[in-house]
Amino acid sequence: MMNAAAAPILALRRIVTRFGDNVVHDGLNLCVERGEVVSLVGGSGTGKTTLLRHIIGLTRPAAGEVELFGEPLFSGSLAAQRARRRRFGVLFQQGALFSAFTVGENIAFALRETRRVRDTEVQDLVALKLHMVGLTPEQAHLMPAELSGGMIKRVALARALALEPELLLLDEPTAGLDPARSAEFVALIQQLHRALGLTVILVTHDLDTLAALSSKIAVLAERKVISYAGLQETLQLDHPFIHHFFGGEAGRRAFAHLNPETEPA
Amino acid sequence: MMDARISRAGGGVICLHGQWTLAAIGAHAQELRRELQALPPGGEWDLRDVARLDSFGALLLWQHWGRRWPQQCQCSDVQRATLEAVAQHARGDAIPAPRRAHVLDPVVHLGEATLGAGEHARDLVVLIGQLALNLLHLLRTPAEWPLKEISANVFKAGVRAMPVSALVGFLIGVVLSYLSALQLQMFGADAFIVNILGLGIIRELGPVLIAVLVAGRSGSAMTAQLGVMRVTEEIDALTAMGISPTLRLVLPKVVALALVMPLLVVWTCAIALLGGMVAAWVQMDFSMVFFLQSLPDAVPGANVWIALSKGVAFGTLIALIACHFGLRVKPNTESLAANTTASVVTSISMVILVDAIFAITTRSIGLP
Repeated sequence: MMNAAAAPILALRRIVTRFGDNVVHDGLNLCVERGEVVSLVGGSGTGKTTLLRHIIGLTRPAAGEVELFGEPLFSGSLAAQRARRRRFGVLFQQGALFSAFTVGENIAFALRETRRVRDTEVQDLVALKLHMVGLTPEQAHLMPAELSGGMIKRVALARALALEPELLLLDEPTAGLDPARSAEFVALIQQLHRALGLTVILVTHDLDTLAALSSKIAVLAERKVISYAGLQETLQLDHPFIHHFFGGEAGRRAFAHLNPETEPA
Repeated sequence: MMDARISRAGGGVICLHGQWTLAAIGAHAQELRRELQALPPGGEWDLRDVARLDSFGALLLWQHWGRRWPQQCQCSDVQRATLEAVAQHARGDAIPAPRRAHVLDPVVHLGEATLGAGEHARDLVVLIGQLALNLLHLLRTPAEWPLKEISANVFKAGVRAMPVSALVGFLIGVVLSYLSALQLQMFGADAFIVNILGLGIIRELGPVLIAVLVAGRSGSAMTAQLGVMRVTEEIDALTAMGISPTLRLVLPKVVALALVMPLLVVWTCAIALLGGMVAAWVQMDFSMVFFLQSLPDAVPGANVWIALSKGVAFGTLIALIACHFGLRVKPNTESLAANTTASVVTSISMVILVDAIFAITTRSIGLP
């Protein structure tokens, strides 16, 4: 137990991913410590979402190892693998809510599946999760089709949090939200990170989200993680992708408070 | 270290240890509940040795405490915040209960179903009206005929259906011929196999058989396709571009099936007759040449026209019903499944109903 607690929450070792002849990752390494909020950034086609899918176990890399909570992702009995999956929550880009279920049933689903939580407790926990993501108990009866984009993300986040995960994986959490909603959502994740002591790994293109949330930034380029460091350090990096990604007008705006010399006169 | 444990220290203080989380408690939640039951809800509690307390663990405690704080509770700030969140929001009745079933519900459902049927009829008429308008429009501007879409549908619903319809047709022909041959031989009326197979297959079985096959095969595909396009807002995108979805999506399907169904009827009937002929030859040593020679005398030409017009009618019907249900799909998986089922069931029922109407109206035509 002590050993597992000391081990990094996620370790990717020498990951190789190929789609036909197209090599996306080639010997990629990444190690995430407990409590970090890590943003995966990279140009399109650098396999950020693919990497996330490797971590979830939806796809398997052609070579290399994915270790979660100090154990290989696909090791152990089926029960052990299932228990491991219940230790992380995923927020998919489109929410991926079960469209035939109400909001409440969506959140309750995984709880009921454990077959350990009583019905009345499920109701209480659903009410609690709804409150955590800023929704009211009355909204539990809405169907996913009746929700706005921002609400879908909130419900999906509540569902991801249902099993009290230690690790939260977010795929483009603020894509498709207007700036105000997106800032709200970022604040929500920050608050949950503080309150629940979560480790968060997110894929994002949004510089504001990136600047506000991440404690570490993993930059994917040249089929590897070329840098894994804090925001300041990442900005100092001399690499074409960094200049392109952070150097634009939006980048100058988002990081103005960090880098006074790049601020427009 | 890992599991949640309870111990009693001196002075009646109840100490909790380990991980009070859903993941850690999960497997032995029942025992822990029983252990908690044995303890007095009030009194002094010490949570300082708890490594991690999540909302499930907090809920267990809160329930045991009778949803109020015990006399004394030693815990960290984080644990207190978790407990307070549970206290505030886990009130057992926070989520309003969904509506319960009512005695009058069957009446309400009956009414809804009746009104729903009326709505279906109206929507179908609207769809046919739109198609008629589209056709008028196309007559004036022939350049806008969606020929590519029509040909794609002819290929998907027609050409691709040929192998399976041939297989089914051949087997039905064999079965029918075999069963009839057994009866006919008893009366020494072997030659009438041509009449039975010819009339039965061309006039009735062939068209209905292929209609059922196409309804299951292409009708469901059309409903699902339109349904998903509705869900992904592709139909709205078409409308926004000023392109009529009925003209681009519905009309090609209806026209293609109306065109291709008579051809499939001919194909299926021919293969079914071949199957019957082969079976008659094997079973009764009935000459295939004689079979073919006497077929035109046994089956008057009008029957072929009846079969072809049935093909057109069934094809149009299946495509219309499939598109009607496809356009009604709401953005959830349940609705997609329900509408696809409804589409296939309705088209098969309608095909049989229309076949009965054909049988009545053409009862004096084409029978020797």
